[in-house]
Amino acid sequence: MVVTGAADEGSRMNEQVRTGDIAGAAVSALPRGAGPAVTAKVRARHVDVFYGDKQALKDVSVDIPARAVTAFIGPSGCGKSTFLRCINRMNDTIPTSRVSGQITIDGEDIYDPRLDVVQLRARVGMVFQKPNPFPKSIYENVAYGPRIHGLARNKPELDGIVMSSLEKAGLLKEVRDRLGDSGTSLSGGQQQRLCIARAIAVSPEVILMDEPCSALDPIATARIEELIDELRENYCIIMVTHSMQQAARVSQRTAFFHLGELIEQGDTTDIFTNPRNRQTQDYITGRYG
Amino acid sequence: MSDVSSTLRTGPATGHWRTAAQQRRLRRRYAADRRMQILGLGAIGLAVALLGILFGSLVYSGYLAFAQTRVVLEFRIDPALVQPDRIQDGNFRSIIRQALFQQFPEVTSRRQQTELAKLLSPGAEWIVRDHVQANPELVGRTVNLLVPVADPYDQLSKGVIPRDVPESQRRLGDEAIGWLDSLDRRGLVRTTFAWELFLNADSRFPEMAGLAGAMTGSFLTLLVCLLLSIPLGIAAAVYLEEFAPKNRLTSLIEVNINNLAAVPSIVFGLLGLAVFLGFLGLPRSAPLVGGMVLSLITLPTIVIATRATLKAVPPSIREAALAIGASKHQVMMHHVLPMAMPGIMTATIIGLAHALGETAPLLLIGMNAFIPSVDSIGLLEPATALPMQIYSWADSPERGFVARTSAAILVLLGFLVAMNAVAIYLRQRFERTWS
Repeated sequence: MVVTGAADEGSRMNEQVRTGDIAGAAVSALPRGAGPAVTAKVRARHVDVFYGDKQALKDVSVDIPARAVTAFIGPSGCGKSTFLRCINRMNDTIPTSRVSGQITIDGEDIYDPRLDVVQLRARVGMVFQKPNPFPKSIYENVAYGPRIHGLARNKPELDGIVMSSLEKAGLLKEVRDRLGDSGTSLSGGQQQRLCIARAIAVSPEVILMDEPCSALDPIATARIEELIDELRENYCIIMVTHSMQQAARVSQRTAFFHLGELIEQGDTTDIFTNPRNRQTQDYITGRYG
Repeated sequence: MSDVSSTLRTGPATGHWRTAAQQRRLRRRYAADRRMQILGLGAIGLAVALLGILFGSLVYSGYLAFAQTRVVLEFRIDPALVQPDRIQDGNFRSIIRQALFQQFPEVTSRRQQTELAKLLSPGAEWIVRDHVQANPELVGRTVNLLVPVADPYDQLSKGVIPRDVPESQRRLGDEAIGWLDSLDRRGLVRTTFAWELFLNADSRFPEMAGLAGAMTGSFLTLLVCLLLSIPLGIAAAVYLEEFAPKNRLTSLIEVNINNLAAVPSIVFGLLGLAVFLGFLGLPRSAPLVGGMVLSLITLPTIVIATRATLKAVPPSIREAALAIGASKHQVMMHHVLPMAMPGIMTATIIGLAHALGETAPLLLIGMNAFIPSVDSIGLLEPATALPMQIYSWADSPERGFVARTSAAILVLLGFLVAMNAVAIYLRQRFERTWS
């Protein structure tokens, strides 16, 4: 429903673009040159997404750097989650969805028909809004990915992957003695860190996070944010968030979406202190959203 | 904040909740609530009462079948009548008669002796024979055995045949009653649990008739039904729910599966008769064919219920598995099916319980064979099933079969309750909590 509404309003936006509104000018804007040079890990060009007849995303072009946290912000239904789900092709599971344009990871087109989507998803991990551990043991939750992708040759190797993933997710200390317990028996924050451990167990290059803290209390949120900050040294992290404070705290790059269009993108400090676009300014100062 | 509270205090609705009209409305609402509750309680009460009447009447008419009147007699295994090396060909009929006549030396006329011999069940012969066969050293010695009396005497002892009506309107004459009373005075008559009901196969004689044959037949039939309907049902449901393209053909198939669940079972029986027996030439009355027909009946139920449980598996689990790079098949086999399994099992057991009580389709493929021995039952041999046994007993004229019919219904209901209990247990035991 949300997506439908966004697409409706999106087509109205389109007219504004044609009339030369300032919002339209920002749509095709590429990353600003300010700040350190950006090496793009994920590169999107002119991406359109349709659900049936409704256009959910319009002409999105963005460069996302490796080893940094990029935050997607914007009001509900603005297409930021839709775009996130394009990067690991989770939109493929929705039968009516259609994606056009080009998204590359390290220069490789991920919508190339010859590309294996299962391998893509092993390279691009994802953490969801609501913690969704499998109803299996903590160990099995983390071991599942390496096992189906054949990343461990034997049990000790698998144990090693599980332990180091839990360690990296900052969960090992809490669950070391109860790896056999069900993943669902953990608290919400622990479950979310378990999901992060599960995602990094298959050594992805990119980790997508779809509002990873929105179902958590402030303390659990702080722990996840710390974790994200540590992880960015090794991974390209893209996160969708509703909290502008969170985007400001955690991310180095920020992209602002509105009504299916990418309005503005740039270094987080620039976006929050000196937004170029009027809509961005209104949104981050809480005037609408 | 102060704006809001002042509006509440001084707003136009002040005192509105205390007006007479508002009070009336409130009373009407309470009355409607009460009416609703009384109606619901009444409906439940009626259902419970009817169920109570059903069970009460079944137990009332059936409990006598669980007891059997027997007499202890001293049998002399005469070597002249039974050769030790050919025990099965021995003349046990004479041994029985001698043992009985020994108790009544005053009965001498041939007519009276013939009458007296009818006191014992014809099955007594086989009981003594089996005992001697198991203990060959008994030949030439005497042995005390508890043997069942014939049905009329059993009914007399249980009070089903009244003593206070004129002799001409009674199944047993005064003389016959005298014989049983005489044995009773000597302490030779016992009433014990009727093991025959569970251990014997069918028989023409009510006191020897049991459910073992029908239970074996039902078990084999359900086994075939289970082995066919679980893999077929789950495979069909998984394909339709997870893999089938959503087009006109699949929606047509879906609608028809739902319709099949409502087709009268006798139609499936006709189909079995035409296809399995007529076209494929499978043996008549066999549990194999019975199971195939019953699986036709349970399949739609299992497919529908399995799809419902698959749908109920939270999408977050599928997404989690997909996002980690599991293929569609892996998501299905590793996550969705295991989570749906308790629901599928429950549906299957309830489907099987339904199949256990099914009568009409089995009648059409001739699964109402008379099975006097459990040994003869096989997948391809003629067999009968519990509901068919009930049907044929209900049709029998002997007094003893009245109680046996009710007892058989109680046994069938017992199986149904047990199967449903297993289903409930599985559902509660394996139902997992997930986020």
